[in-house]
Amino acid sequence: MLYREAGDFKTSYAADNQTFPIRFDRYGYYLVLAFAFLVMPMVISDYWANSIVIPFLIYAIAALGLNILIGYCGQLSLGTGAFMAVGAYACYKLMVAMPGLNIVFVVVLAGLVTAAVGTLFGLPSLRIKGFYLAVATLAAQFFLIWLFTRTPWFFNYSSTGMISAPTRTLFGYPVTGPSASAVSVYLVCLSFLVVMAWLARNLTRGTIGRKWMAIRDMDIAAEIIGVNPMRAKLSAFAVSSFLIGVSGALFFAVYLGAAEAGEAFGIDKSFLVLFMVIVGGLGSILGAFLGAAFLIVGPVLLKMLLVNQFDWSSDLAAHLEVMIIGALILAFLIIEPHGLAALWRTIKEKLRLWPFPH
Amino acid sequence: MLDTQDDGYMTADGRKIGGVAMEMRNITLRFGGVVAIKDISFDIRWGEVRAIIGPNGAGKSSMLNVISGFYHPQEGEVIYKGYKRPRMRPYEVARMGIARTFQNIALFEGMSVLDNIMTGRLNHMSSGFLSQAMWWGKAAREEEENREKVEKIIDFLEIQHIRKTPVARLPYGLKKRVELARALAAEPAILLLDEPMAGMNVEEKEDMCRFVLDVNDEFGTTIVLIEHDMGVVMDLSDRVVVMDYGKKIGDGTPDEVRNDEEVIKAYLGVAHD
Amino acid sequence: MPDTLLFAMEAALNGLTAGIMYALVALGFVLIFKASGIFNFSQGVMALFAALTLVGFQQGQVPFAHLINAIFGTRVHHFGWNLPTLLAIPATVGVMVVFAWAVERFVLRHLVNQKPIILFMATIGLAYFLEGLGDLMWGAEVKRLDVGIPQGMSGAVDDLTFGLFGYGFYMDTLDLYAMVIAALLVAVLVLFSQYTKEGRALRAVADDHQAALSVGISLRFIWVLTWSIAGIVALVAGIMWGAKSGVQFSLSLIALKALPVLILGGFTSIPGAIVGGLIIGVGEKLFDFFMQPIVGGATENWFAYMLALVFLLFRPQGLFGEKIIERV
Repeated sequence: MLYREAGDFKTSYAADNQTFPIRFDRYGYYLVLAFAFLVMPMVISDYWANSIVIPFLIYAIAALGLNILIGYCGQLSLGTGAFMAVGAYACYKLMVAMPGLNIVFVVVLAGLVTAAVGTLFGLPSLRIKGFYLAVATLAAQFFLIWLFTRTPWFFNYSSTGMISAPTRTLFGYPVTGPSASAVSVYLVCLSFLVVMAWLARNLTRGTIGRKWMAIRDMDIAAEIIGVNPMRAKLSAFAVSSFLIGVSGALFFAVYLGAAEAGEAFGIDKSFLVLFMVIVGGLGSILGAFLGAAFLIVGPVLLKMLLVNQFDWSSDLAAHLEVMIIGALILAFLIIEPHGLAALWRTIKEKLRLWPFPH
Repeated sequence: MLDTQDDGYMTADGRKIGGVAMEMRNITLRFGGVVAIKDISFDIRWGEVRAIIGPNGAGKSSMLNVISGFYHPQEGEVIYKGYKRPRMRPYEVARMGIARTFQNIALFEGMSVLDNIMTGRLNHMSSGFLSQAMWWGKAAREEEENREKVEKIIDFLEIQHIRKTPVARLPYGLKKRVELARALAAEPAILLLDEPMAGMNVEEKEDMCRFVLDVNDEFGTTIVLIEHDMGVVMDLSDRVVVMDYGKKIGDGTPDEVRNDEEVIKAYLGVAHD
Repeated sequence: MPDTLLFAMEAALNGLTAGIMYALVALGFVLIFKASGIFNFSQGVMALFAALTLVGFQQGQVPFAHLINAIFGTRVHHFGWNLPTLLAIPATVGVMVVFAWAVERFVLRHLVNQKPIILFMATIGLAYFLEGLGDLMWGAEVKRLDVGIPQGMSGAVDDLTFGLFGYGFYMDTLDLYAMVIAALLVAVLVLFSQYTKEGRALRAVADDHQAALSVGISLRFIWVLTWSIAGIVALVAGIMWGAKSGVQFSLSLIALKALPVLILGGFTSIPGAIVGGLIIGVGEKLFDFFMQPIVGGATENWFAYMLALVFLLFRPQGLFGEKIIERV
C-alpha cells in the first residue's frame, strides 16, 4: 500500500507533467541522488570504481545519446564508437592546446565538436532511412577511426600513436592523469551523467522530443503536420553526438588516461552501446541507465563467477559472454522490445494495484 | 494579389460563407505515365464544408495531397488567400494553417494520446533549444499554455478517459477521433479530412458527423472532406466536387450534384430508382 | 605501357578477387532479403561459422571441447579421426540447415510483423550469438582451411600477362578457382529458382507475400529454405576466404563490406550483388593504389562505405533497384 498515486491529485498541468508524478518515485529519486553523491564516495573501493561504477557512468551518457537518436528519433547509427573517438581526440587536442582551460569546459567543448561532426554525418539521414543509414554511419565509423590513427596531427606526432591525458585539476583535486583518485573521477563522471540525463529528459519531454518521436513513428505524417524533418533529424544527431562526445571525452581523459582510436573506439563499442539501448529500452531515459548497468555489471559478474570461481580460461568466459549477449538481444527484441525500462514499468503498475489486484 | 475575392453567400441554414480561401487552377498530376489528376479547377470558400467525392481511384486522395503540399502537380497552380502558392514542402504548407487527417490513420503509434495531440500544436510553439534543454522560462510556460488548449480539444471530442493511453492500444474508431483532435489542435484555417468515417459503425459515424459540424460551426473552420458514404456527404457539405478517373465531372450544391446527368451516369450509377 | 598503369591493372585484378568474396556474402544477404524482407547482418558471421564448422569436422574436433573440459575437468580435444572433405562439406551443410531451422523456430517466428529496424537489430544479436557459439564450439584460434584447391601464384596468368605486357601479374590460383566456383554457384541458384517447385515458390514469396500465402505456400518453409541456401552460400564464401587467409574473426569484419555492396547493387538484385561486389573490390584496390602516396595506406578500411554513402545521396535505390514513390 506504500506505492500508489490515489489521493496524489494534480492541480496544475505542470504538476501533471513532472518527471516523477508519483510522490513515492520522487522521494526514491532524491534518495538515490543523495546516496550517489554522499554515501558512495565514502565507501567505494578503487576496484569497484574502476571496473564497474565509472564505466557504468560513462557508458550511461553514451547510451543516453544513442537512445535519443535511435529510441526517440528512429535513426539507426553504428558509428557510436567513432563519435566517442571524436570526443576523446577533441578533448585531447583542447587539453594540450589550452592547458589553462578548466577540464569541465574542455569536455563540454569536446561534446560540441562531436555534435558538429555528428551533424555532418547525419546529413545523409535526410535522404535515406533504416539500414541504409546504418551503412552510412558505418562510413563514419571506419573513416574517422582511420583518420585518427593515420593523421599524426591528431595524436601530436607521439611515437606510439596514442593520446594520453595530462593532469588537470578541479577544485584543487586532480581528476585526470595518473594522480587522479578514483573518488574524484567518480564524482566528475557522476556529475556529468546527472546533468546530461537532466538535459536529455528536458529535451525529450517537450516540443523537440515530440518532433523526434513523430519522425520516428511516421516521418511522412510528421512532415505533413508541420515538423521540419531536416531540423528534427539533424538536431537529434547533434544532441546525440554531443552526449556521445562527452562520454568519449570522459572515457579517454578521466577513465583510460591514454587511448588509441582503433583499440578504444572500434566498432565493437558501437555495438556495445547499441545493445545497452536495446536491453535498457528504446525511447527511455531510465532505459539508458538500466542498459548500461546491465551490460557493464553482467560481464564482470560472469567473469568473476566463471574465471575466479570455476577457474575457466578467460577466453572461454569471453566467448560465452558474447553468446549470452547475442541471445539476450534476441530475447529482449522478441519478448520486450522496450527493454528493462518497460519491465520496470510493468512491475510498478503491479505494485500500484497491490495488494488489491482486481 | 490575384483577383479571386468576392463576398460569398448565405447557406440555407443561415451560415455565412465567405470569399474564396483557396483556388485550384488547372491542376494536373502525373506519376510516370499515369495521370492521377487531369486539369481540375475548383475553389474552396471560407467557412464552408467542401466535399470531394468519386469512385475508388478517382484521384481524391491525390487531390488532398496536392493541397497539403505532399504531391507537387506538374501543371496548374494553387491560389491560397489570394496569392499563388510557390512550391512548398508539406511542413511549410502546414504552417500556413492547413491541417489534415489521413485515410489510413497516421498517428504516432509510440506516443500517448496527449503527446499525439500536442504534436498538433507544434506550429504554435516557438521556445528555443536552450530554453527547452533547461526547461526554464518560455519552454515550461509554453508547454502549459498549449496543454490547456489541447485539454479543451480533448473535452470537445470527449476523449478525456484515454488521455494518457498509448495510441497503439486504442480501437480504430477512437484512433480516428484522436487524429481529428491532432488536426484540430493546430487551429487550422482549412482542415482536410480524408475519409473520416471509413470503417466506422453507425454510432461512430454519427459521432464523427456531429464533431465535423461542430468544428465548422464553433471554430468557423473551413473543411475539405473526402467521403464515400453519400448520405454523410449530402448531409454535411455545402458544395461538392465530383471526380472520376482524375477528371472533374461535377461541382455544385449536393442537390445540384445529385441531379446532374453525368454524375449519375458515372458515379451514382443507373440503379437510382 | 607505363609501369604505373600495369601496377594499377594488377591491383585491379586482385581487387576483382576480393570483390567476388564480397559478392558472395552479398548474395546471401539478397536471398534472405528477397524472401523475408530481413536485412541479415549475420551473413558474414554465418560464413565464419560455416568455415569453423568445416574445419572442425575435417579435423575431427570435439565440439564444445573447451567448455566440456572446463565443466567436467576432462581433457577431450579430438575424436582422433580426420573426416575427408567430401564428407565434411555435406555435414557442414547439414549444420547450416539446422541453424536455418533454429533461426526460424526460435527467432523469426516470434518477430513477424515487426518493424524492419527491429529485425535488423535482431540479426545483429544473432551475429553475436553465432560468433560466440562458433568460438565456443570450435575454439577461437586461427585455423588453416584446406579443401584441396591448389594455391600459390598462378603460372598461367603470369605467363599470359608477361607475354602481353612484358610484366607478369601476380595472381593466386585459388582466386581463379574462386571465380569459377562463384560463377557456378550463381548458375546453380538461377537454375534452382527457375526450374524447381521450391524455386518458384521462393520467387512467388519474393514477389508478393500475401499472394504467395493465399495460394498455399508455407512462409515458414520458405524461410527455412532461404536461410539454408544462404547458409550454403556462406559456406562457399567461408571456404574461399578461409583457404586464402585462414579462418579467423576478421572474416566477419570483412563480410561487413557486403553492406556497401548491397547499397550499390540494390537489396533485391542478384546481378546487383555481383556487380556491386566487383565494383567495390576493384574500386578499393585502385583507390588505395593511387591514394597511398598522398594519404597513406589502409584506405580499404573505409573506401567501400564512403563510396556507398556518396552513392546513396544520389541514387538511394541502388544501381538496379526501382524508384520508390512514397504514399500516405
